[in-house]
Formats: sequence, structure tokens, C-alpha cells
Amino acid sequence: MGLDIRLPLGMLFVITGGMMAVYGLFTRGSAIYEKSLYLNINLIWGSILVLFGFLLLLLAWTARGAKSRAGEPAERGGAHESDKESIDSVQ
Amino acid sequence: MIFLLAVRLTTTLTPIDWSIMLVYFAFVLGIGFVLKRYVRTSNDFFLAGRSIPAWVCGLAFISANLGAQEVIGMGASGAKYGIVTSQFYWIGAIPAMVFVGLFMMPFYYGSKARSVPEYLKLRYDEKTRAWNACSFAIMTVFSSGISMYAMARLIQILHIFDGVFLRLGLPLDWIFHFSIVLSAAIVLGYIFFGGLTSAIYNEVLQFFLIVAGFIPLAWIGLKDVGGWQGIQRTLEPAYTHSWRGMEHASTNPLGTQWYALIFGLGFVLSFGYWCTDFLVVQRAMAAESQLAARRVPLIAAIPKMFFPFLVILPGLIAIALPTMTQRTLAQVQTAPVPGQARRADVLRGATSDAALTPMGKGLIPPKVDPVTGSVLTDSKGKPLLDYDLAIPNMLLHFFPAGMLGLGLTALLASFMSGMAGNVTAFNSVWTYDIYQSYIHRNGTDQHYLWMGRMATIGGILLSVGAAYLVTSFNNILDALQLVFSFVNAPLLATFLLGMFWKRTTGHGAFWGLLSGTCAAVLHIGLTLPADAAGVGIHGGWITVLHRYPSTMAQNFWTSGCAFTVCLAVTAGLSLMTEPRKEEELVGLVYSLTPKLSDSDLAWYQRPATLGIAVLVVLVLLNLVFA
Repeated sequence: MGLDIRLPLGMLFVITGGMMAVYGLFTRGSAIYEKSLYLNINLIWGSILVLFGFLLLLLAWTARGAKSRAGEPAERGGAHESDKESIDSVQ
Repeated sequence: MIFLLAVRLTTTLTPIDWSIMLVYFAFVLGIGFVLKRYVRTSNDFFLAGRSIPAWVCGLAFISANLGAQEVIGMGASGAKYGIVTSQFYWIGAIPAMVFVGLFMMPFYYGSKARSVPEYLKLRYDEKTRAWNACSFAIMTVFSSGISMYAMARLIQILHIFDGVFLRLGLPLDWIFHFSIVLSAAIVLGYIFFGGLTSAIYNEVLQFFLIVAGFIPLAWIGLKDVGGWQGIQRTLEPAYTHSWRGMEHASTNPLGTQWYALIFGLGFVLSFGYWCTDFLVVQRAMAAESQLAARRVPLIAAIPKMFFPFLVILPGLIAIALPTMTQRTLAQVQTAPVPGQARRADVLRGATSDAALTPMGKGLIPPKVDPVTGSVLTDSKGKPLLDYDLAIPNMLLHFFPAGMLGLGLTALLASFMSGMAGNVTAFNSVWTYDIYQSYIHRNGTDQHYLWMGRMATIGGILLSVGAAYLVTSFNNILDALQLVFSFVNAPLLATFLLGMFWKRTTGHGAFWGLLSGTCAAVLHIGLTLPADAAGVGIHGGWITVLHRYPSTMAQNFWTSGCAFTVCLAVTAGLSLMTEPRKEEELVGLVYSLTPKLSDSDLAWYQRPATLGIAVLVVLVLLNLVFA
């Protein structure tokens, strides 16, 4: 239905992970990392999330390209456009 | 009376934490808005057009179950009972998920029923559907309200909005109301526009966010306590073994024997929930094909098996840590429930960053009476521990600014996925099984689409009402959980007989369900768990014939009793009443339905292969943590 979930998911992780990584970069050596056993968890985990986000975006982009080459309607969401059925009452 | 020299919570959220939360909420609402243009029919709204891939539905399948009570409750049980809590994920979920995928999904999906109550109507009769639809609709509203209440309380306890309210000069008492309204508005926003698709997509988002927020918690926590070996060295063996001492109820923390665990939890409760609850089954019914629908629970089972390492392990770490230097611990008493006496000002006077609480265990603080502020103790004068704070305290203890924003967002996401799952299940059951069946039969498709949106608003408003009801009555949470067990436990027998015995009749099913529910009520009324404060909500209100070692043991036996009575009454009455013609039951009963063939699929693509692989991993996990 409509939207490839990997797009918003990828974007969310690129943005939040990016924010954490940049914050981690500017707070290197800060006392706030005493809590996380002196690991700069923002930089480490933020970078991992950014990579994961890009991987999802890459998968979404690849799937879209494959569908286009196969001559199918543009990818709408890791899913097929639904056949619109009217309500089929089973009352 | 012992007064806690409490440390005022120092959950000072920084701009980076707020920014992460705001980005998440923008995405949640944005998804609903983008999906709005794809929702044109009631089928799109209630069933997501039956067009979602299996992996997306699979993650939504477990995410809908990952509500507030799940994440906070499992962390709490991990701290209280140890790794044996994992059985709620292993024995208590995986076999049922494999069963529903391989054996039941072909009937749900293939019958073209749009909901679980509608399947009951097709298989049995109108009265059985009506009973299930009404009881289910009420349960979803209350479940959603409980999630809302729990989220608002957590926001209060963690003082997330305190700074903002103080800056704006608003009373801190309003935070509870503000949290309820905010969560209701967000969930309403994305379901109203995008329907089930929006709920499923957001559940997937929430799933990944929960994983992203909790992996670092388990990682840093384990590092701090010296790994799994460190936990084993610190805690008693009962905490780190899932099967040890199960021969007898008195030799394990759950207070139950292995056969009660397997029958009560592993069969009745687990199969009763995963195979018949429309909240989760609805996610699989949204899949793009029958094959995809069969794969949904199997795909969901894979991450489900490993979730104990994300939500239960932090609970174990919380008690394995040295009893704390509580600079950052959450304290309940500074967050009053509306209408109760406020002690924040008094406590602030007694607060000091150096003050320590000697009565806690690890990161778990003692339980405090929210009205008087005194520490609650058991009959021997020993302080009771507030295990529900295991996960929140772990987040505050280990996460610096930035990561804390992600962790708290993950926690809030878990609450919202629980709420949204219940609201989407409610709007489908209301529209299809109550409104279309009994109030307005021959409306247009657009009319039912409109009704679905109105039901979403109605469901959220009722949930808000339920949240305030929970606030007003101390014991209502316990009472509701009890009522849920009365309704759910016998339902499994109704479904198993309906799907696998063609002789089962509608009269048998209906009266079997009622008898099973009555048997559960009677069983609770005649028994009492040892950990209950006294005769009352937890049992014994008729007379006490038997005492169970724990509430958990009582629950397992209650559900077993309800199931057995429902099975016997349904089977007996079915033999005495006239069965339906066999041709009417094709596609609804196993023996009368052509068997699905997967011979066109490679062996590794077949659902049965995936099911077997999942069960093998389950056995291995049990052996490792035996």
C-alpha cells in the first residue's frame, strides 16, 4: 500500500543517528560519558544508526529500480498497489 | 514509619533529547498524513488493502504486543523472578506463533473473514460472534486506556515535562492530563488518516526504535556487571536458570511446577492469546497473500525469541548492580496522581544529591505509597521493591544526553504501539461486527469508511475515559487483568474445536464459552495466592479451598480450568445438537478444506521449514539457559 516503509524508516535513522553522532563529536571527552562507562555512546551508536538508515534507503531505492526495469508500476511500498475491493459483506 | 530521604529526580532533558523525540513524532504523524491519499475504501482502512509484505506485518505482529505493560512489566519481572521470565517469550509465545502460522492462518485468511469475531460468525452463529465482538471491543478500550495511563504516569515519574511546565508557570499537576491528551492526539492523528496501514507502518518504526534504544542499554549494562558470568556470580542460581527448581512449586521463583508452566502458560494462555486475539491476528490478515499471512507469525517469532535480551536482561542487570548511589533514580512520590495529596514540595525540602536509599536492591528502589510518601513494607517489615522502575532507572543510570533522548523515545514508542494496536482492532470490530451487523446493515462502502474514522475518534475518547477510571480506582488494573483472563482463556477451546472438529455446533460453542468464563470466575473465587494481601480481588471471595504459592500459579490453573470446562461443555453440547451441513464448512474446518500445497516453493521458502527452524532455535535457547 502506497509507501515503501524502508524510506521513512531509513530517513528516521539517518536523521536521529546523525544528530546523535554530531552531538557525540562535539562532546568528546565530556563528563556526561561517565554514565556510559566512558564510552562515547552517542558517537558510536549514532554512527551505527546512520549506516543502518542508509542501508534501508539503499534497499528501497534498489527495489524501486528493479520494479521500474521490470515494467511494473512504480514501487509503492515493498508492497503491491491494492486491488480496490468494495466492501464484501459477510453479514 | 520510614520516610524515604528521596533524591529529587534529575531527568534534565537537553535540547538534543527533545530534538530526537520531536523528529520521531514528526515521522509518526507524517506517515499517517502521507498514507491518507491511499485510503479510499473501507478495505484499505480496516485491512490495509490486504497488500502489506510479510516482513512488515511480522514486525507489526510483535510490535502491537510490545505495549507499555510489556516493556516495563517484563523488565520488572526480570528483576523480580530472573531469566525464567523469558518463558513468557519462549514457551509462552513461540510454539503458539508457529501453530497459528502453519495451521490457523489459512482459515482466517482463506475464509475472507475480516475479523476474528466474523470468523466465529461464519463458523458458528451470530450469538457467538456477538459475545466475542462485544467482550473484545470492551477489552481493547480498557487496554488502550491502561497504556495511556501508564504512559502519563511514566512521564510524571521521569519528570520529562517538569522543566517546560515550570518555565511556562503551569502547575505540575497538569502534566498527567497533558500527557493523556498528547498521546491521544498523536495516536488519533496517524490512525484517523492512514487506518490500519498507518498503524502497521508506525508499529514497524516503533519496533526498530525499541531495538535501537534498548541494545545499548543491555550492552553497557552487561559491560558494567562483568557480562553474563558477572550476573551469574552476583545473583542466586534461581535468577539465571529458566528451568532449575521447576520440579516443585516451592523451589523456583515463579511458584509453579513445570507441567503447570507448560499447560497453563505454554498452551492455554499462550495459544489463547496468539491464536485468537484479533489485535495480533489483524496484522497477519493485512498481508498481501495467504502465503505471506502464514509467514507473518513465523517471521515475528524470530525477533520475539531474542527480545528477552533487550527487555528482561536489563531487569536482571538492575538488581545485579551494587545498591546504588541514587543520584539519578526516579522516585514515584514526586509525581502525584491527580486528586491525591502532593508531596513533592515536602520532599524537595528533604532532598539532597548525597542522600542514599539503603532499602533498595541494585537500581530498584523501595516501593513508596504515593499518598503518604512512606516506604511500603511486607508483613515482616521488609521494604517492598518497586520493580516497575527497573527499566526507567536503567535508562537514567546508563544513558547520557542524546542517547537518553533515544531511549526515552523508544519507551514512549512502546506505549503508543500498544495503544494504536488496540484502537485499530477496536475500530474494525466496532464497524464490521457491531455497527454493520446490528445497527446499519446496508450502508455504502464510503459510509463504513466514515464510520471507521468516527470509531477511531470514539475509541480514543473511550480510552481516555478508561485511563481516568484506572486513576480513580486503586484496584481496577488488577480487576481488569482478571476479567481479561476470564474472557480469553476459554476462547482457545472454541477455536480449536471449531477449526479441527466439524461436528462442533454454534450452540455448543456459545454455551461452552459462557461455561468456561464461569469456571474461571468460580476457580478464582475458591482459591487464593499466598502473595495476596487477603481475600478480595485476587481470589477467595466465595471461600478459600486452596492456596497457590503465587498469583502466577493461580493464573495458570485458572486458565487451564476455563479451557477444560469450555472444551468439555462445547464438545458435549455439540454432540447433542444438530451440526451444520458439511458443504457450509468448507474453508472453515481443517478436514473439509483442500490442503495447501507448497510443492511449488523451494524447501527453504516453505512456511513449515521456517516453523521448524524457529522451534529448533527455541530448544537451543532453553538448553543454553536451562
